[in-house]
Amino acid sequence: MLEVRDLTKSFDGFVAVSGVTFGVPRGAISAIIGPNGAGKTTLFNLITGHLRPDRGHVTLNGRDVTRVAPHDLCRLGVGRSFQRTNIFPRLTVFENVQAAFICHRGGGWNLLAAGDGVYRDETAALLESVGLAGRAGEVAGFLSHGGQKQLELGLALALEPEILLLDEPTAGMSAAETHDSIRLIERIARERGLTLLFTEHDMEVVFSIAQRLTVLHQGRVIADGAPDEVRRDAEVRRVYLGERH
Amino acid sequence: MSRVPWAPIALVAALLVPAAGSRFYTFLANDVVIWALFATSLNLLVGYSGLVSFGHAAYFGIGAYATGLLMKKAALPFLLAFPAAGVLAGAFALIFGFFCVRLTRIYFAMLTLAFAQIVWAICFKWNELTGGEQGMPDIPYPDLAVMGRLPLVGALRVSDHYYLLSVLLVGLCLWLLRRIVRSPFGRLLTTIRENPERAEFIGVNVRRYELAAFVLAGAFAGLAGGLFGIFNRGVFPDFAYWTKSSEVLIMTLLGGMGTFYGPTVGALALILLNQQITSYTEYWPFVLGSILVALLFGFPGGLAGAAVALWARTLGRLRSA
Repeated sequence: MLEVRDLTKSFDGFVAVSGVTFGVPRGAISAIIGPNGAGKTTLFNLITGHLRPDRGHVTLNGRDVTRVAPHDLCRLGVGRSFQRTNIFPRLTVFENVQAAFICHRGGGWNLLAAGDGVYRDETAALLESVGLAGRAGEVAGFLSHGGQKQLELGLALALEPEILLLDEPTAGMSAAETHDSIRLIERIARERGLTLLFTEHDMEVVFSIAQRLTVLHQGRVIADGAPDEVRRDAEVRRVYLGERH
Repeated sequence: MSRVPWAPIALVAALLVPAAGSRFYTFLANDVVIWALFATSLNLLVGYSGLVSFGHAAYFGIGAYATGLLMKKAALPFLLAFPAAGVLAGAFALIFGFFCVRLTRIYFAMLTLAFAQIVWAICFKWNELTGGEQGMPDIPYPDLAVMGRLPLVGALRVSDHYYLLSVLLVGLCLWLLRRIVRSPFGRLLTTIRENPERAEFIGVNVRRYELAAFVLAGAFAGLAGGLFGIFNRGVFPDFAYWTKSSEVLIMTLLGGMGTFYGPTVGALALILLNQQITSYTEYWPFVLGSILVALLFGFPGGLAGAAVALWARTLGRLRSA
């Protein structure tokens, strides 16, 4: 459902992403891996319209969305979480998710209604499903790192995406937190029939849930396919897995 | 804080000021009331949307000239000239804001200042329309003969009648602004303040919402200006000068931008302090500067923020006792 063709971006002569081509089939869980600086986050920013590519195309369900602005793209069914936790820190947990509902379902131009009551039930249900039910009234910035990641997932899900892009969903988490949050993401993806694309540095996480892998190295795709094929790929072993093991 | 009906209490207290019979105190109260609206309109930008405007006086000035010109030169009734101040100031805010919201942070602030200085320069130089440097004196009071026939207030002075009208109109505007900041629209403004990049990716068209906030803030500042020109019995170019913009910004910070009524408290505090301290010393700006420094370090939430915290602590102590 998501196709990336020949995507290229350079910053002041440094080529961060170079001729990247890959596809994400509907309903699949796909991962992009690669060492630090391989261009994973830049690639995400290109896909979601936060950066403009120098060349190449992004198509979503056959529609060219290469230069669509972020606020329009998330109306087309693309949800995203960020590598550095990205929430509204001084609003409460409830207000964070409620704002996302207001955006997605409408009502943002209503200047006179009482804001507290809108999408109350939807927000409560979503907080329940991401495991934040008891913490609705807390100030978001005071949640633990794991809690903020859960909230960020909630923000993305409030937009009822068809495809969810998660940038390092377990960055900075302990082993136990990583395990829990991967189970949470997997369960939610299954329940909602989501297509998932995530970047990850933890190989165990990747091989435990991903059905497809794209390996990025110095801005280029060096392998693309099922996890087992990728694991056997000689170049991948040399540049990436070899470096670590 | 929510169980005590502070807003109605403040409204009643404000309406009772003329009963004291002092022309001077009613004058001061009228000044406070109008500046409270001006500062609250600014707080829609600074406190709720995270946009620091250094040129908010432009819309205050435009509103003052609009009402003044329409009442003095076109002899229109107040009932038309007053809303016109909001509409005209809002229209200018739409034009200037269209450019301002394309910039962020310090560049946004500088561009608002630049537009305000243009407005000031036009008011200063366009002699035929604005009276130029001399300004436009003798703005008539609105026809408030109706109030003269009412019991209790009938015997009061014309300036007292105008004061009561100001209180009611400002009360109505503050009530509207309060509804706006508590609406779904207001909630989305706070997401922009907190994290504009993220707001974009829950689907907020950040620039458009910022522009809407800018227009609303400009319109309410225009209404405050319309009231002020009549109160001041004249409209002068310095209404739009940058010192007015900084004065209203100081009020907002002094009172506290984190609470809705913070700017109102700030307007009250700044005008009373100014009044009191200038009667003791000519170094009033020095005293004000010291107070601001102490406040910014000691109570970053401003006077209102400090009061809310104190109130919460007192309530907590009462409950546990």
